[in-house]
Order: sequence, then C-alpha cells, then structure tokens
Amino acid sequence: MPGIQAQNISKRWGALAAVDDVSFDAGPGQVFGILGPDGAGKTTLFRILTTLLLPDSGQAAVDDLDVRRDFRKIRSRVGYMPGRFSLYQDLTVEENLNFYASVFGTTIAENYHLIKDIYQQIEPFRDRRAGALSGGMKQKLALSCALIHKPAVLFLDEPTTGVDAVSRRELWEMLLKLRDQGLCIAVSTPYMDEAAMCDRVALMMQGRFMALDTPASITRGFKHRLLAIRGDRMPALLRELRALPGVLACHAFGDSHHVTVADDLDVAALARTLAESGHKGVEIAPVAPGIEDCFMALARDGGEAK
Amino acid sequence: MRQFFAFVAKEFRHIFRDRLTTAILLGLPILMLFLFGFAITTEVKNIRLAVYAPAPDDATRAIVDRLAANDYFILSRTLADPSQIQDVFARGEVGLAVVFSENFQEEMLHTGAAQVELIADGTDPNTAKTLVNYAQNIIAGYQQELLRDASVPFLIIPEVKLLYNPSMKGAYNFVPGVMGMILLLVCAMMTSISIAREKETGTMEVLLVSPVRPLQIILAKTVPYFVISVIDLATILLMAVYVLGVPIAGSLALLIGTALIYIFMSLALGILISSIANTQSTALLISGMAMMLPVIMLSGMIFPIETMPWPLQWLSQAVPAKWFIAAVRKIMIRGLDFESVRKELAVLSGMAVFLIAASLKRHRTRLE
Amino acid sequence: MKVITAHELTKRFGNFTAVDAISFQVEQGEIFGFLGANGAGKTTAMRILCGLSRPTSGVGTVAGFDVSRQPEKVKASIGYMSQKFALYDDLKVWENIRLYAGIYGVPARDIPGCTDEVLRRLDFTDGRNAMVGSLPLGWKQKLAFSVAMVHNPRIVFLDEPTGGVDPAARRQFWELIYQAAESGITIFVTTHYMDEAEYCDRVSILVDGRIQALDTPRALKQQYDAPTMNEVFFALARRAQRGES
Repeated sequence: MPGIQAQNISKRWGALAAVDDVSFDAGPGQVFGILGPDGAGKTTLFRILTTLLLPDSGQAAVDDLDVRRDFRKIRSRVGYMPGRFSLYQDLTVEENLNFYASVFGTTIAENYHLIKDIYQQIEPFRDRRAGALSGGMKQKLALSCALIHKPAVLFLDEPTTGVDAVSRRELWEMLLKLRDQGLCIAVSTPYMDEAAMCDRVALMMQGRFMALDTPASITRGFKHRLLAIRGDRMPALLRELRALPGVLACHAFGDSHHVTVADDLDVAALARTLAESGHKGVEIAPVAPGIEDCFMALARDGGEAK
Repeated sequence: MRQFFAFVAKEFRHIFRDRLTTAILLGLPILMLFLFGFAITTEVKNIRLAVYAPAPDDATRAIVDRLAANDYFILSRTLADPSQIQDVFARGEVGLAVVFSENFQEEMLHTGAAQVELIADGTDPNTAKTLVNYAQNIIAGYQQELLRDASVPFLIIPEVKLLYNPSMKGAYNFVPGVMGMILLLVCAMMTSISIAREKETGTMEVLLVSPVRPLQIILAKTVPYFVISVIDLATILLMAVYVLGVPIAGSLALLIGTALIYIFMSLALGILISSIANTQSTALLISGMAMMLPVIMLSGMIFPIETMPWPLQWLSQAVPAKWFIAAVRKIMIRGLDFESVRKELAVLSGMAVFLIAASLKRHRTRLE
Repeated sequence: MKVITAHELTKRFGNFTAVDAISFQVEQGEIFGFLGANGAGKTTAMRILCGLSRPTSGVGTVAGFDVSRQPEKVKASIGYMSQKFALYDDLKVWENIRLYAGIYGVPARDIPGCTDEVLRRLDFTDGRNAMVGSLPLGWKQKLAFSVAMVHNPRIVFLDEPTGGVDPAARRQFWELIYQAAESGITIFVTTHYMDEAEYCDRVSILVDGRIQALDTPRALKQQYDAPTMNEVFFALARRAQRGES
C-alpha cells in the first residue's frame, strides 16, 4: 500500500530511547498528525522515515519502498520540510523554487499546476529574497519547494512552530486541500489543537506513542469525568480544587479549569464547598474532553499501550 | 548534469550576493601583496653606522667617507675592538656595522680581492636587506671608480652577515607565502564554511532527501571556490611581475601546475573540515586555527624553518603550505626546473590524494 | 501603581514603522499578555521596554525609569526570559543559577542562599547537579523563569516562554507565573498559544505596529462576540496588511 507503514521502529541515542517501538500506517489522502512536545522523538521519527537516519530496529516503508534498502528511490518521491524553513535566505523566492525544481530534475513550468494555489499567493514577491519574507510567506515558499516534484508523501516536521495563529490556520487550509488531492501527509506539531485537522493522530511522549487513533476516538477514550470550573479568582481556585477529595487532576484550560473528578463526586456539594471557601462567581459544568485533556491524562498514567 | 549546473549557479549566487565576502575574496591578494610588498618595507634614512677598521688606510677611509656622505647613513661609532659589535647592536645604537679586514688596501691592491663584512640587524629583515643593498651599492661605486684608472683588476668582496636572522627574507620573497595563504584561505576555509552553512540552516537535510547524490552537492560547492582561487592566483602573479617587479624566473606552466595541485589539496581539506564541522563557526575555527596558523608560523613564510627547534621543524613537514611555498620559491624566484621540485610536488600530490580519499570516505548519505 | 507606562511609543527603521504610537499602562502584579502576529512589532516593542532599543519618539517608563534615558536602571529592575535565550546547556543547574545571580548583581555572599531558594521553590533540590542540557524542555523553562527572577526584579518580560513545551509542563509554568504575580511581580508575556491569553489579567493585540485591542479576555470576547481568545485574535490579526521582515 502506498503511503507510510512503520512497524516497531526504535532508535536510541546512547541511554535515551528517542523513538521507542513505534508502529503506524498512513494512507494516501490522509493527514497523519504526530502530537508531542519538544524532545518527544518526532524529528527522529521523521528522519528515519525520510531515510536520513537508520532505525536500530523495526521496519518502515514509504510509498511501498523500504527505508533502508530503497532509500535513493524514496528520496525522489517524498517532499520534506524540516523544522527550520529550509530556504536559502540570500536567494529570491523564484530562485529558491527554481533551484529545488532542478534538484528534483523538473522545472517550475512542468509542475506549476501542483503548487499554483499556494505559490500564487507569494508570486508577486518572486524577486524578493527569501530572508525578507514574513513567517507565513516563508512557510508557503517552503511548502511550494517541497511540492514542486510531485511527491507521493509529504513530511512536515513542526511546520507551525513559532508561527502565529493566523498563518497556522492558513497552512492547515493548504494541507487539507493537498490531502483531498490524494497526497499522504505526515505532520508533527506541539500544538494539541491542531489534532482536529488530522484524520488520525498519534500522541507522542518520550519516544512512545501513548495513543494512536482518530481524534474523535481518542477523546471518546477519555475514561474519567471532566468538569469545567470557573470563578473570579482563578489561581486560588486552582489550588483549592487540587486539595479537594474526589479531584483527580486539575489544570488551567483557557478561561476555565478542567477538573478530572471521581465518578461519584457530588457537583452540588463541590459548589457549596467552594462557596464556603469564599469563591465567588463559581460556575461548574460538565465538559467534553479535548485532545489536550487526553494527552495530559495519558502522560499522567504513564501512557497506555495502544 | 542539469542538477549540477543548477547547484553551481546557486553557489555563485551565494558568493556574489554577499558583496563583502566577494570583495574580500577577490581583493585580499592585492591587499596582502601591497602590505608585504610596500607598506612593510620602510623607507631607510639616517641609519647610524658603526665602523671597525683594524688598520685604517686610504681605501677604508674612502669607503667610510662615501657611506657617511650619503643620506642613508650617519657615521656614529668607530669601534676599537670587534667584540663591541654585539654590544652596539644589542643596545640598538646602530643599524649597520662595516668591518674591514686586517690589511684591506694591501689585499685590494695586491691579491685583487679584499674582504669587508656588512653586519645588519636581522630582526627586521626588510630594513636590513635594504641597508645592506645600499652599502653594497656604495662600495661597488667606489670599486668602479678605482677600476677606471687602475691597471690591475681587483675586487672588493662584501660579505653580508645578518644578526638574529641569518636567512635573508626580502619583500618579494613574500609572494610565494601570500600565494600559499590565499589559496588555502579561499579553498579550504570558504568551502568548509559554505558546506557547514547548509548543515546549519537545515537545507542540507532537504538536499539529502532528494535524488541528488551527496558527492554532487560537495563537488558543486568546490567549483566556485576553484574559479575564485584561479582568479586570485592570476592576480598575485600579475601583481608580482608588473607591480612588485618580481620576475617569474622558471617555467610558468610548472608554476601553475604546482598551484593547481595545491588548490586541489586545499579543496579536499575544506571538504574534510566540513565533514567534521556542523556549524559555520566551527568550520571557521578549525580552518582558521588549525590551518592558517601553521601556514603563517610553520611554512617558512615568515620564520625560517631551519632555525626552529626540531619538533617544530618536524611538524612543519606536515604543513602542505611549507612544501608549496618551497616549490614556488624554487620555480618562481630561483628559476629551477621540474627535477629540482620533484620532491615537493610528490609530497603535495600525496597529500592531495590522501585528503581527497579521506573526505570521500567521510562523506555520508545519511545524517549519522 | 503603574510599573510600565508607554505613551505614543514609536520605532521607525527607515521608512518602516515597526511600532506605531502605542500607549498602555500596566499595574503592579498584573499579568499583561502582549499578543500579535509574526511581524506585528512585538519584539521591537519589547526591546524598547527592556531598554535595549531607543524609541524614535514617545515616552516609556519601566519601574519608574525612562527607557530611553535610563536604560541601565531599567535593565537592573527587570528580568527577561525567552525561548531562544535561556540557560547554558553545558553548565549544571546550580552553575547556571550562580552565573545569572552574578550577572544580575546579587551580592556574592547571598548567592548560595539564593541558589538554594530557587531550587527549593521549584522543588528541584535533587537536580542541582544535573546538566541543564539533559533536562526536559519544561523543566528548563521553569528554571529559566526562576533564574530571571533571581534578583527580585519588579517586572519580568517573557518572550514566548512556553513554545514547544508539553501541555502539563506548560500549565505548571503558568502556575509559576501566577505565584510570581501574587507576590507583586508584574508579568509581561508574549505567546502563540491562545489559551494562554485567557490566563492573563489583560491582553493587548498588536496589529501592524498598533494596539488594536486592549482589555480583559472576558471583555474582549464580549466585544468581538467570540467564544475564545483564538477567535478574537483571528478577527483582529486577519486584517493585518504587513508581514514580518
């Protein structure tokens, strides 16, 4: 099957297991998201799949080609955007694109249709040096460069890190269009909210996949009862809640605190307790868990075997 | 092949976009030759002179008068004993000492050959050389004058002795040194920095994940620096001949051939450095400290190798620039032929082959 | 008490106005969120307030000192931490603390006590001999924050302090921010995580060098009729004309 298949991939750096027994499949027309903080092993995993590193053990195939044996063939069939925008800052927009096109033995004219939607947005600046582009424009140029040779699989390592929320959203719109054209896309990100854009996600921490499924299935798998609690004095409320019996975990979550509670906790009693401690404007409501709630719960439980 | 040309074109763009670097790369040879050739040669005037004449006679007096009458020298000391020579130099009282032989006039008239010793402070070889040249000219002038009305041909043989720096190094001797330094700088340092830059900015990662072979990337990197070093070589030779007046005594083809071997060796060295260095600053440090310093200190460019302590002499054998500079001196200054530089060329070629092999062995298709 | 005041602060580079007449005031003990798209002028504004860059016009005071005339006094009364500039990976935890305490002018005899205090507050006494490079990013950032406060500054500037940090560590970091704010330290923070904007007392949103919105998260959400700060940010930042240069 084209796309990506990884079976029991492991890679150690000395005592550190950077990637620890990771397996997953991603098919064409699918966005596969790897969510995790810095140091989770996302980049190492991507480097193994793009043939830049050899795994210590396990098997992986990209577009039906073995990452060890067929690495040369893989290299001409994948698009790769490493963490830092891999552009030549002193070359112009057009020179960058031209260069990457000839590296892959093609031309801009030949594959213009592939990148048209994205490249058109930066084409007015084609004579500007890449170093003078905004973050969002750099992102579009880097993506154009990664797409110019019509790759079957696209690897994007943290394409949204350090990028503002508007540019992040634009990038995701582009990626979803590419997915609809049949591309297999693997994306890594530290932003948990981006899980919603992926068809399937893996939650990665310390080299391991703590969960691997569709975002909806992962949130459905959240085993505990979750409440959203807000009040007038949020920091004090947080400390107070943590000390209460029946509260398993409590985290700030935007304008409210997400509180994981025992299944038999009496909400009315909780409200009374908080009021007695002097908290005002307290609102308590059940809330559906998000990916970030799941991530924290899984990390707390030491992860679970998938 | 199209990929390769695209690469080379890109490398040239990197270089020419960076105006300052371009200016340095192309202007450095001119600057260095001017520095070594002119600025460092100071104008000599009113240099104090010491004379030791064990038996003053007409001839010695005539020569001393002529020296003293000249703008360049002032007679400051007449020494009573040759042992004073060391002292007056050590105290910095004089810049040149003229020592006549015991029976100067006698020898001059009867044996037809008289000895005069010119002693100069060799710590500043350029000045010393200039002083000695002036003194020799003045003595030669006196000799010419005598010859006109003499029946017997006779000779005054000035014997030059430099204190502290017995191997005489004049301004034009710097030309081979400057060549050795600039070619290494352009080839080894710039190549290693430009490869390290691709690693540092992450573009190397993308290039590796492409159909381009790593070897192609590396070779494309060396082309522009090869071209620039050839331009620099031409600049140095043209300046040497037409501005500094240093003739190319030997075969030009042999000289260029030697330089090409040295350039290939330097490029291979640059590639090897870049396989160790992951950042531009590391590449700069390695090529700067580990390469440039030995060239300046151990190649014989400034300090003569013969006077170094033996561990340094031994170490200097491993400095490619030492062999290159030696070969260029032989070919360019002394006009010797292929036979006499065979050893230097063999060593340089050996180093080039070794470095190319080592850098090919170290280059990788993956990140580790 | 106002610890930061900006009055028509402007910074031009050639004919490019990076920061365009921004005015605001920050109260002592407040957590002030400073949001904006890449290139909106956040970094430039922050550099001015830290005394690192002189404004082209306008007046700014930090801890009562004028940012253009008394930059050294400004620097002595603030702490600064960013994702990019934090601690030395090849030094041990206690060596980093000692180093920064020295840099920030803590008297030599107070440094050991102050090191212990930092480690105790973080509950990290066991880790004093660990190499900073070996710590998880979340720990590094918490440590960097504590180190930025080692000289008891009145204001701490945090430039994207939680980028790439795991969700739980990100929240622990914010709890440190709360603690600091409750003890009277003013926090001036930038972030790309919009949920963190909700944790601020007040939030300003910079668009093309100008402050387009400045209020409490709750009031902003009401004003823009948006359920989250993320939507408020979009409503404003989408109008941006310029990119980062």
